[in-house]
Amino acid sequence: MITIIDYGMGNIKSLTNAFRFLGEKVKVAQKSEEIKLARRLVFPGVGNFGKAIENLKDRKIISVIKNSIQKGIPFLGICLGLQLLFEGSEEVSRSKGLCLFKGKILKFKKVKIPQIGWNQIKFQKKSKILKGIRDNSFVYFMHSFYPEPLDKSIVVAKTNYGEDFCSAIESQNIFGVQFHPEKSGEIGLKILKNFVKL
Amino acid sequence: MLAKRIIACLDTDLGIRGGRVVKGIKFKKIRYAGLPWELAERYYKEGIDEIVFLDITASRDRRTTMIEVVEKTCKKVFIPITVGGGIKSVEDAQKLFRAGADKISINTAAIQNPKLIRELSKTFGSQAVVVAIDAKRRNGWFECSIYGGRKFTGVDAILWAKKVSESGAGEILLTSMDRDGTKEGFDLELTKKISQAILIPVIASGGAGKKEHFFEVFRKGKADAALGASLFHFKEIKIPELKKYLKEKGVNVR
Repeated sequence: MITIIDYGMGNIKSLTNAFRFLGEKVKVAQKSEEIKLARRLVFPGVGNFGKAIENLKDRKIISVIKNSIQKGIPFLGICLGLQLLFEGSEEVSRSKGLCLFKGKILKFKKVKIPQIGWNQIKFQKKSKILKGIRDNSFVYFMHSFYPEPLDKSIVVAKTNYGEDFCSAIESQNIFGVQFHPEKSGEIGLKILKNFVKL
Repeated sequence: MLAKRIIACLDTDLGIRGGRVVKGIKFKKIRYAGLPWELAERYYKEGIDEIVFLDITASRDRRTTMIEVVEKTCKKVFIPITVGGGIKSVEDAQKLFRAGADKISINTAAIQNPKLIRELSKTFGSQAVVVAIDAKRRNGWFECSIYGGRKFTGVDAILWAKKVSESGAGEILLTSMDRDGTKEGFDLELTKKISQAILIPVIASGGAGKKEHFFEVFRKGKADAALGASLFHFKEIKIPELKKYLKEKGVNVR
């Protein structure tokens, strides 16, 4: 059973469909009691960093998300869901992130933004979430911001868009991808399957 | 490196039960090409990078909704899906996103109410908002049309593209009305002019007839993505072959 956190930030239908396609049961959770029961948690999201934090605060689910992560259950942040794990973002100065990792979310410079389309992930180290996938595989991105972790050892993949940026992280039970596995064809499904099998 | 994208466009008539993909020439519809979600799944398996559904229903009676088409497609197709045609408000867009769409495309509503672009991008993010421009060659300029090419606006396509990109749109879907359905190749001049005038990606559309046209529009037209319809529907060009050809020509494709 996969629990997907729904906090009003973008389309979770595709993600739900992707897990169901893989034969997995899916629970879409909005309340803290539901999140608390999760055995595997997915934290998706597209849109504005500040708005996302506001929504999480309104729903009073920040601490339950953090507690679940600290309990050690497999946790996957996707796109904005990855970015929110850091301290803050250039997108909004006043909002603080979940601060699970040190580092900031930066905006692309000197390139067309948003980055929309298929780009390659270059492996940085051995990874559980990217297991069975070829180095330099194409996955689908749509974003204007990217994470810059202070601790480089959590970076498992980088992608080049004007410059190399961190496109996937891994730290114990916490996984995060800047791209959209639910929109990345067979490769993306494989990544979600890896998460299911953890 | 970011790949150049090949997109399949499915012009969909919802006046028939289940909907049908149709193909028109110079904005007038003709042949039927199959059920929208079945065609979308075929393209997905063949390696298309994205799918665009455009609602081109002419009749007032609708037997199917775009929402149903998107829901059915999204169960089996795991690449980005864009929906356009008749979207007038944040609420219209919201329904499509809930059904599983990743982006919505607006044209008429954007020209009539430019504030809508900002509203949509604030609500759903720039990456989810595509503005479609249907441009027709005039003497020395390009004119935007609305209502599926039935009405001209007097708006200059290049100036409009600049305004659109500054208003928070994430992409421009640029169709040459002169080339649409002709298979004579994309309008390279139009595509290049718009692509160089703005800082958001441009999807070139209208006129694809052979593999070489795709190469040209990426190299000379500076397009970020290129869209084809009937040539894919009727298997005149197969997607794996097109990708292989482009790769051999040094174009970065998935």
